[in-house]
Amino acid sequence: MMNYSSRPPEEPAVHAQDLTVVRGPRTVLRGLDFTVPRGRITGLLGPSGCGKSTLMRAVVGTQAKVTGTLDVLGSPAGHPALRTRIGYVTQAPSVYDDLTVRQNLDYFAAVLDPGRAAADRRHENVTRAIADVDLTTHADALAGNLSGGQRSRVSLAVALLGTPELLVLDEPTVGLDPVLRRDLWQLFHTIAAERGATLLISSHVMDEAERCHRLLLMRAGEILADDTPEALRTRTGSDTVEDAFLRLVDEAIATGRTQETTQETTKETTR
Amino acid sequence: MSTTRPATAAPTPPRALNLSRTTATAARVLRQLHHDPRTIALLILIPCVMLFLLRYVFDGSARVFDGIGASLLGIFPLITMFLVTSIATLRERTSGTLERLLAMPLGKGDLIAGYALAFGALAIIQSALATGLAVWFLGLDVTGSPWLLLLVALLDALLGTALGLFVSAFAASEFQAVQFMPAVIFPQLLLCGLFTPRDDMHPVLETVSDVLPMSYAVDGMNEVLKHTDMTAAFVRDILIVAGCALLVLTLGAATLKRRTA
Repeated sequence: MMNYSSRPPEEPAVHAQDLTVVRGPRTVLRGLDFTVPRGRITGLLGPSGCGKSTLMRAVVGTQAKVTGTLDVLGSPAGHPALRTRIGYVTQAPSVYDDLTVRQNLDYFAAVLDPGRAAADRRHENVTRAIADVDLTTHADALAGNLSGGQRSRVSLAVALLGTPELLVLDEPTVGLDPVLRRDLWQLFHTIAAERGATLLISSHVMDEAERCHRLLLMRAGEILADDTPEALRTRTGSDTVEDAFLRLVDEAIATGRTQETTQETTKETTR
Repeated sequence: MSTTRPATAAPTPPRALNLSRTTATAARVLRQLHHDPRTIALLILIPCVMLFLLRYVFDGSARVFDGIGASLLGIFPLITMFLVTSIATLRERTSGTLERLLAMPLGKGDLIAGYALAFGALAIIQSALATGLAVWFLGLDVTGSPWLLLLVALLDALLGTALGLFVSAFAASEFQAVQFMPAVIFPQLLLCGLFTPRDDMHPVLETVSDVLPMSYAVDGMNEVLKHTDMTAAFVRDILIVAGCALLVLTLGAATLKRRTA
């Protein structure tokens, strides 16, 4: 395992300041400031199209046109040294359909930890990752013949190979049945607790928010709230995170309207 | 579901080309093909069937078969590898596996060399069978060594791989990728000297054919056909084909972007 004692404990896994991303003519993320604490599960929640995936791609270093400050595990996002330290799962399962589950993992393991000397360690890691996502009985099935949920678990298993200090998971539980979702969330908590890894997990299902240590609530390229689930519920006086989110959205829309009207009145007075 | 502490991996510093990662990539590409025996059968059988057909199309004029047959031995690997690579890389781009690989410590050179190695191996089998069939069973009259024919065929396959990789960056779908075949390959096919000697063409077209790599592939094949030794023209031809393949592979590497919009 990595030795964390040399690092100051207060240094966050991800630190963003004035993070802005432009895609084509559209500004997808607008000057975001946030931190993701180490060793915790941070949920990234918001309606689809609000910029969750773009934010995750920026953290992983695959997003172009990123401005502002974005430090990941002490290095600027996208630094070559980070490539072995981050596990990333895209929303659509990114695995080879014409390879078996084990062959997929064997290849990605060989990319992460190459060389003949590492063959035993790779085999061990692959077997463990397959067991982690509960696909041991399907290890020799072609990925293309698996169900949608099983394929996304193969994709997740790839991210669990090696020893990622930061796991970035884009909607990993979409389309999975409740039992599997519960098991995966247990796995995420085990990874955070036992391996000391940091997890950044996006979802648009609000009931999953309760399972996170911290939440980043997003809407239209902006962060509405950055807090613990309890604090969010207390602050908005709501019973669930879903209600809290809806209240925050309504507030944001209301302030947006007042700003627009003030702008219009200023325009008219200057005319 | 339970988890144990994973084995620790020593971090490997990123380098331009990592032999283990390259061979792992080549092995992965071959494993993918292994699950698709029909593609392998088509790749290997079609050139043989075409040569067989051609032999009996020119049943009465064996000299014509010599010229066209030798040229085709160079053109087949180029076309098939072009098609296979452009579709394979396009699938890699659209399935998200390319984004995943480039977020991992895989060099662009590792990926490209891995593809070139895997398809190169396939091209050797394809060309060896086609050349063997043409020389020993269909009576293709070669003055030089059949090994040199094989060498040119292999370089042509590499050129095809390189071109396929490059154009896949400009195709958003399989439909578009397939349409690049007539766009990139057909003009070269018309101007490479297969249908008429290049110096009989309109001067403008002759100049154009001078800058297209397939012309040198066909010229090289014809040198082997007519001369017993490696001529200076043959060496020049294969160097040009190899140089073009490397140049296009480098351009192809530049189209693999770690950061995308």
